[in-house]
Amino acid sequence: MKRKSTKIRLTTGEVVFSCVNYLVLTILMLICLYPLYQVVVDSISGPGAVMRSNGMLIWPKDVHLDAYKIVFSNPNLRTGFANTLFYMFFGTGLQFLNVCLSAYTLSKKNLMLKKGLMIYFTVTMYVGGGLIPFFLLINNLGLMNSRWVLVIPYGYNVWNTIVMRTNFNGIPDGLREAATIDGASDFTILFRVLMPLSGAVSAVILLWGAVGYWNMWFEPMIYLTERSKYPIQSILREILIDANEQLMAGAGQTTVKFDPSTRSAANTLVKYANIVVCTVPILVVYPFAQKYFIKGVMIGSLKG
Amino acid sequence: MWHKLKLDMRRNYQAYLMILPSVLLIAVFAYFPTYGIILAFKKFKPALGVFGSPWVGLKHFRDFLSSPYLWRLVRNTLGISLYTLAVGYPLPIVLALLLNEVNCLPFKKTVQTITYMPYFISTVVICGMVKSFLGYDGVLNEIIKALGGAGNVSWLSEPKYFQTIIVWTGVWQGLGWNSIIYMAALAGIDQQLYEAAKIDGAGRLRQIWYVTLPGIAPTIIIIIIMAIGSLLSVSSDKILLLYSPLTYETGDVVGTYVYRKGIKGAEYSYSEAVSLIDTVVNFLLLTGANWLSRKLTDTSLW
Repeated sequence: MKRKSTKIRLTTGEVVFSCVNYLVLTILMLICLYPLYQVVVDSISGPGAVMRSNGMLIWPKDVHLDAYKIVFSNPNLRTGFANTLFYMFFGTGLQFLNVCLSAYTLSKKNLMLKKGLMIYFTVTMYVGGGLIPFFLLINNLGLMNSRWVLVIPYGYNVWNTIVMRTNFNGIPDGLREAATIDGASDFTILFRVLMPLSGAVSAVILLWGAVGYWNMWFEPMIYLTERSKYPIQSILREILIDANEQLMAGAGQTTVKFDPSTRSAANTLVKYANIVVCTVPILVVYPFAQKYFIKGVMIGSLKG
Repeated sequence: MWHKLKLDMRRNYQAYLMILPSVLLIAVFAYFPTYGIILAFKKFKPALGVFGSPWVGLKHFRDFLSSPYLWRLVRNTLGISLYTLAVGYPLPIVLALLLNEVNCLPFKKTVQTITYMPYFISTVVICGMVKSFLGYDGVLNEIIKALGGAGNVSWLSEPKYFQTIIVWTGVWQGLGWNSIIYMAALAGIDQQLYEAAKIDGAGRLRQIWYVTLPGIAPTIIIIIIMAIGSLLSVSSDKILLLYSPLTYETGDVVGTYVYRKGIKGAEYSYSEAVSLIDTVVNFLLLTGANWLSRKLTDTSLW
């Protein structure tokens, strides 16, 4: 929000206020950045230096990239990335397709079952059986340890459907009517008339869907048993939380060897390099997509 | 009636076809699992299936309600929620107010981009950093030593620090992001009010108090009411990644307990009973909060 500064002189009070304000916000930015900065600095420093300072290096010391060599030669990390892309692509894709299709139906005029379907959809937002029956269901369906367990059960989304439906309702009816008169089918109207006008909402839904898959770790933990199917966060969990040293050391695929006396610091370095490699992609993408993410918050807040 | 429906189906078969996949998915993955509620009243035997297992009535409920875990879960869940409410809710408002007073646009944009950033770091990575920084030979102890303290605490093994760690890492992650909603409310305040206040001789602080705060009051109230509605549903993501038997005493909440007993311990019936109690209490709280919100602010979830 801009406020025109029509004043020529600022009172002392206002100057003090502004200074304090800028100072507080600057400190806040530093607090937000510090953990990441420390992780980056440590990850490119020597294990000896990191051990002596307990990880609190202000500048990188004995710079070398051994930790990154280990990370990039770790086959588990590569399969993790590939798996995450697989889940992200099919999961977000299936969900988005179903969201568009069902939102279209729910926004169509003169449909006898529309109200019933709407109730059928919305009730699920408030009622559910919880984790245990869902777990047993997945087991009974034979989806346990299948890649599709992270795709099919999440192939619909009621909240996004309602958002998309609201968006379709906001598009002038005249467009649909004109297309109908020209003999367009429902599918044509959706994909040729409505979707080209729904770019922003689509971006929001797709981006949040992708972020959801990027962060997913709990579901893979309980539904997947083989490491070859793990998404990146599950591999990271083993490295960062369970401190699985064998996995950390690149599963024997690397020639980099650390001095045994600095082994624990070297492990920290490798953990940090993993964090950097797995966090940088999203932090690079995020500023460009920021406005869509923010739009998502505004859409989401309409409910509350 | 049937005739009309048939006609409608035939005329709009494409539209019905389009919604069919979602309807089926919802039937299988949302409605069907609700049958599992009866698990809570049975002694589940995998060989007999959910329906074939023998009934045990309210046994699991009695077991849980008389177990020492009940008090521990309620205490921890309420503790973490109230703690979050106390620091996690006012701080984004303060941030929004401070940002609102910044006239230099590039600076404002920078602050926004940087404070929103932690929100995009994955939970696993955040917990990985917490584990490393708060370890015995971690960065936090080093900072404390540099400031002259002892710095010999293993932070994640001490029950008394656990809730603080969970709540403040949440603040770190969500502070900027949660301020977005208030920034939007601030953008909607009529600028003439500020002009009028200035003419009346109000300084910056008075303008905030008499114009800005009343302007975003409805948003603040709604967010608080909704927070009360979810007082007993603490997200168990970070807790699951960070707690250990050492910190169960202060870290265990319903979500983690159900996961440990149900998924890991395979006590399906018992944990479903616990989960059912939780669902019912949460539903009542949310309904209550929603009712309150509608009475006070004319805004509600449904």
